[in-house]
Amino acid sequence: MRLGQFILDRLVGGAAVQTDGTFWMPVQASSGAEPVDSIFGFIFWVSVFFFVLIVALMVTFVIRYRRRPGREDAEPSPRHHTALEVTWTVIPIAIVVVIFVWGFKAYLDINTPPPNAYEILVTGQKWKWLFTYPNGHVDEDLHVPVDAPVRLVMTSEDVIHGFYIPAFRLKRDVLPGRYVKVWFRAIKPGEYQIYCTQYCGTGHSDMWAKAVVHEPGGFERWLEEASNFLKTMSPSRAGEQLYRTRGCAQCHTVDGRGSTGPTWKGLFGSHVPLDGGKTIVADENYLRTCILDPTQNVPLGFQPVMPTFKGRLKDDEITAIIEYIKTLR
Amino acid sequence: MASNEAVIGTGGLEVGGNALGRDNYLNHGKGLRSWLLTLDHKRIGVMYLCVILASFFLGGVFAELIRTKLLTPGNSALMKADEYNQMFTLHGAIMIFLFVIPGIPATLGNFVLPLMLGAKDVAFPRLNLASFYMWVGGALLALGSIVTGAVDTGWTFYTPYSTTTNTNVISMVAGVFILGFSSIFTGLNFVVSIHKLRPAGMSWFRMPLFLWGIYGTAILQIMATPVLGITLLLLIAERALGVGIFDPALGGDPVLFQHFFWFYSHPAVYIMILPAMGVISELVSVFSRKHIFGYKFVALSSIAIAVISFLVWGHHMFVAGQSNLASMIFSFLTFMVAIPSAIKVFNWVTTMYKGSIWLTTPMLYVLSFLFLFGIGGLTGLFLGALAVDVHLHDTYFVVAHFHYVMFGGTVIAFLGGLHYWWPKMFGRMYSEFWGRIAALLIFVGFNTTFFTQFVMGSHGAPRRSYHYLPEFEGYHRLSTIGAYILGVGFLIIAVYLIHSLFRGRPAPSNPWGGATLEWRTTSPPPHDNFATPPAAGDPYDVEAWRWEGSVGGFVPRTPAPEPAGS
Repeated sequence: MRLGQFILDRLVGGAAVQTDGTFWMPVQASSGAEPVDSIFGFIFWVSVFFFVLIVALMVTFVIRYRRRPGREDAEPSPRHHTALEVTWTVIPIAIVVVIFVWGFKAYLDINTPPPNAYEILVTGQKWKWLFTYPNGHVDEDLHVPVDAPVRLVMTSEDVIHGFYIPAFRLKRDVLPGRYVKVWFRAIKPGEYQIYCTQYCGTGHSDMWAKAVVHEPGGFERWLEEASNFLKTMSPSRAGEQLYRTRGCAQCHTVDGRGSTGPTWKGLFGSHVPLDGGKTIVADENYLRTCILDPTQNVPLGFQPVMPTFKGRLKDDEITAIIEYIKTLR
Repeated sequence: MASNEAVIGTGGLEVGGNALGRDNYLNHGKGLRSWLLTLDHKRIGVMYLCVILASFFLGGVFAELIRTKLLTPGNSALMKADEYNQMFTLHGAIMIFLFVIPGIPATLGNFVLPLMLGAKDVAFPRLNLASFYMWVGGALLALGSIVTGAVDTGWTFYTPYSTTTNTNVISMVAGVFILGFSSIFTGLNFVVSIHKLRPAGMSWFRMPLFLWGIYGTAILQIMATPVLGITLLLLIAERALGVGIFDPALGGDPVLFQHFFWFYSHPAVYIMILPAMGVISELVSVFSRKHIFGYKFVALSSIAIAVISFLVWGHHMFVAGQSNLASMIFSFLTFMVAIPSAIKVFNWVTTMYKGSIWLTTPMLYVLSFLFLFGIGGLTGLFLGALAVDVHLHDTYFVVAHFHYVMFGGTVIAFLGGLHYWWPKMFGRMYSEFWGRIAALLIFVGFNTTFFTQFVMGSHGAPRRSYHYLPEFEGYHRLSTIGAYILGVGFLIIAVYLIHSLFRGRPAPSNPWGGATLEWRTTSPPPHDNFATPPAAGDPYDVEAWRWEGSVGGFVPRTPAPEPAGS
């Protein structure tokens, strides 16, 4: 492992390779990782054995039997050998059947959640994962307690995405119009990478999130604090969190770039020309109307496609969003 | 003794000799029309070779661009995310539909099959020309999408992304639909040719193994391609008419697309590898100067692979949303389909035992194939094992696996076959020195590019990713260096092969000592293939030929075998 790292560093001088886990695998952060790695290891060594055998024979034959003066022709040898051919058919069959059974059994375990697992809803959309906790809190990252079975109920808002946590050896395609379920039990506190693995467009390789495994007691504390972010954070910071997690970011940028909806940068206090000829000042009341009744006062040059957030955002959340918009000069 | 035009000056030793200065298929009939409207399988094979190699070059350029972007993990001035997505889609679609699937059958198969049968042409020469023009038409439609809105769905066109993206999916997919007919027509032609045009004395088990490989492929082409055709029509209907078959909002199922798509696309990969395995069977025997070992098992394994290949498509969908039972059955059958391939590898290595191993350029490709396809096949075991596939699916591990089998397998065998039959096709020898250098560069470059990707993948690096985490940067850089080495290797091949057409040593009829019937005519062959059709013998009786320095090739050791069942 270190030798591999050394060679790579010298050869390419780029960022160092993986420093935790092994040469082939990331850390084992879930109870499901070790069984997968064991099967991987078995297949690996079987493959090495047969590969080395084949290559060694090939190289030996090339050297020993190379064409040279005095050896322009082959030596006599049988053109077939039934016993040998049957042997090298039956032995591989036996080996692959072993691999098959082992792989299948571990797969059934992956697909059979234990009862009473803690349930978290996962939503995939272009290009973001969102995690909804049992108390209604929506977060951009997956937080779980260590040593407790967790069940994820997942769906997509648009196209097929792929939910993947390498350190857990966990992966499932997330489908629109359907709920898919996976489970795991994290065994090692820490932060682990979540990817999208089913190609889904421009931002496919940006659909990153973190799986945060908390020490005992840590998860409950985190959930409490995170759910109360409106009380614990400043309104404008809370508004930024809502911007990211409640669907605003899909259509509104905060850096001036164009999108489906107007950018929020410089919006507050500006004069907004409306579809229909009037101009309005974007004050708190205007912004509140946009959120609750977006078909009124559509800005010029934009389509009336914004959905209403009535019932989806509470008053204190709307206030926080407005406070956030005020900070975007 | 059946012979074809004894060569002047060699005392009649050769069966045919070089025909560059005489009437051969290349100069028989002149002008563009005589080529574009030809019914000669050899000319059709050469035309296919030109367009297919051009496609390989185009797909390769996209690959080099992708690998160059991937030197850095973040945004790149070279291309934006959308452009990257279009580029990997085009790389895949061009390589698969325009290059590898037609690949060996349309080029080497077309040229060699009738010659190996001692026949004048394939069973349906007009259908053959039609299949070529289907290829051209399909390619133009598919590539036209580059200009009108290059597709960004990946070559797999998964719904609902492919039904909702605003790139020109219909143009690309319609092109692929037409390309499918090229494949079906070729398959049909070859099946009938092999059934009906075998000469007296060439029973099924006296047929060269290359033809068994082509035959198995042809069955797959005929039976699987229509399923792709219908699937693509459904995709077009979904996009153009919103019929809802794949749209959950209308009661449809996006996963259904995957079943339809992979039902063809899995057999498709065996369409890619079976002819390659056929080439290797020919080459390993000739360049070991020895009869192939275990002919019957090798022949029957081609059929076993063709049959079982229809039953494993769900191994692309272990995490897609299919039942545990389905996954179990597909996993089991996937392991079964690996067995006949393993048998072939053992047979090929055993063929070399006690042989006289001749390290020519084609043989270097055989050795490369055994090494690279060995890794490719063995890594399939990881992906067939259900629990392990959950971790490896859609990562760079899969990308490495399929490049090892498709490139390290099929393309390497294609290069071996091209170098083997080149003297027959064009009457010229190429530079052995540069041939070996290029083969070595390709071997080294290939492993550098793709072995690295196995390790990236098992560490979780997802495929089709414009951005990646900095921890993978070292792997990507190493992989890109390998890609550049590969590029140099291919450029060298292009240079010396083209050079050989003008300056290569005139080739004898049988430079390599092959025992199949194409070596019993001139290099290049005449328009009608044979002055008198040769008698069929044992296709692996290479010991019946000996090296003759004065012709720079092989001549029969004794008079050619008598026609009546030898």
